[in-house]
Amino acid sequence: MDSSRRRVLQLLGLSSLALTATPVLNAFAKEAGHTEEPEPIIKPDKKALTAKQWAMVIDTRRFKSAADVEPLAAVCDTIHNVPHLQNKRHEIKWIWETHYHNAFPGEAGRFLSEEVEHRPFIVLCNHCENPPCVRACPTKATFKRESDGIVLMDFHRCIGCRFCMAACPFGARSFNYRDPRPFIKKINSQYPTRMKGVVEKCNFCAERLAVGQMPACVEASGGKLTFGDLYDPQSEVRELIRANYTIRRKQVLGTEPSVYYIV
Amino acid sequence: MKDKKFIIGGVIIFLIIATFPFWYNQGKAAPVPELELTAKAKAAKVCVRSTEYMKAGHMQLLDVWRDSVVRRGDRIYVSPSGKEYNMSLSKTCLDCHSNKAEFCDRCHNYASVRPYCWNCHIDNPKEKT
Repeated sequence: MDSSRRRVLQLLGLSSLALTATPVLNAFAKEAGHTEEPEPIIKPDKKALTAKQWAMVIDTRRFKSAADVEPLAAVCDTIHNVPHLQNKRHEIKWIWETHYHNAFPGEAGRFLSEEVEHRPFIVLCNHCENPPCVRACPTKATFKRESDGIVLMDFHRCIGCRFCMAACPFGARSFNYRDPRPFIKKINSQYPTRMKGVVEKCNFCAERLAVGQMPACVEASGGKLTFGDLYDPQSEVRELIRANYTIRRKQVLGTEPSVYYIV
Repeated sequence: MKDKKFIIGGVIIFLIIATFPFWYNQGKAAPVPELELTAKAKAAKVCVRSTEYMKAGHMQLLDVWRDSVVRRGDRIYVSPSGKEYNMSLSKTCLDCHSNKAEFCDRCHNYASVRPYCWNCHIDNPKEKT
């Protein structure tokens, strides 16, 4: 190739001209009516409740019989379209009642006060600060929300591998072995149902917190359950934890549950 | 080249068979579906974005909505026109477009896409309450 000084200068000139081409073309494109719309904005609801880590305190002293637990579970099931399957192996549970020995295995002493032993203990997802289910999930369908510490499920992403169920030491997760829709008594149109093949669990009513409402079970409990920010020293939950002796489920495993029980 | 007639005959038969679907179905294309708007949708005049945008990109929009609501909890969408919407398929989209069969399904069937939104999301809030 002819690489005389003259030729090199010519090429340099042409190349610098080419550099100016993009802005010119863009200007023409705009004139031709392709004006960009302003970008839409996505933001949280103004009424949304926020916290560093949501936590719940359950005053078990005020639960006497199954009748005290039932309305709380019922309101949750209605709001979240939780199906009622007769087959125990297919059961879907978000919040339910269990025996002291099952809620706190290894911690139940001998010769316990009968009153404590026969209390109904409400159990639900503990929304652990160090959640093993999140580590087990291969698709990040379950995740710990950075903004408020809720362990959430993205049902769209769940592939139904059930690793999270194996990882959860509290049995807080249920798998939809069947299509749940026929087993929902009355479908609440404000909340989606689930489909066959996904795992589900309590979501601390994330959809209610987002619009400024307390979780449904807390609202229905009449003060038996308290909900608030664990990292706000002034919050109601911190006040209760400070003033009362509380235990958590399987604390020794180090998952740091966010559900505290006053016994 | 004594098999010439067999070869040419074979090629012709092949071409006829290979192009059969094209000329057999010529002029019989399924008509573009007519979408029906509910009275509420007609009254609102504009959707969350322009009609062209929604026609072409409602699935991307819904995908953004879903990730935002499920994973970040941000559920208010301020459209370019400045109006605020609750980012909810059941409560916002299907509240206006409460005629899934005449609105969603017609086009989805025409395009042969089978979205599984309605396996979980309830298709028509007004019908059920």
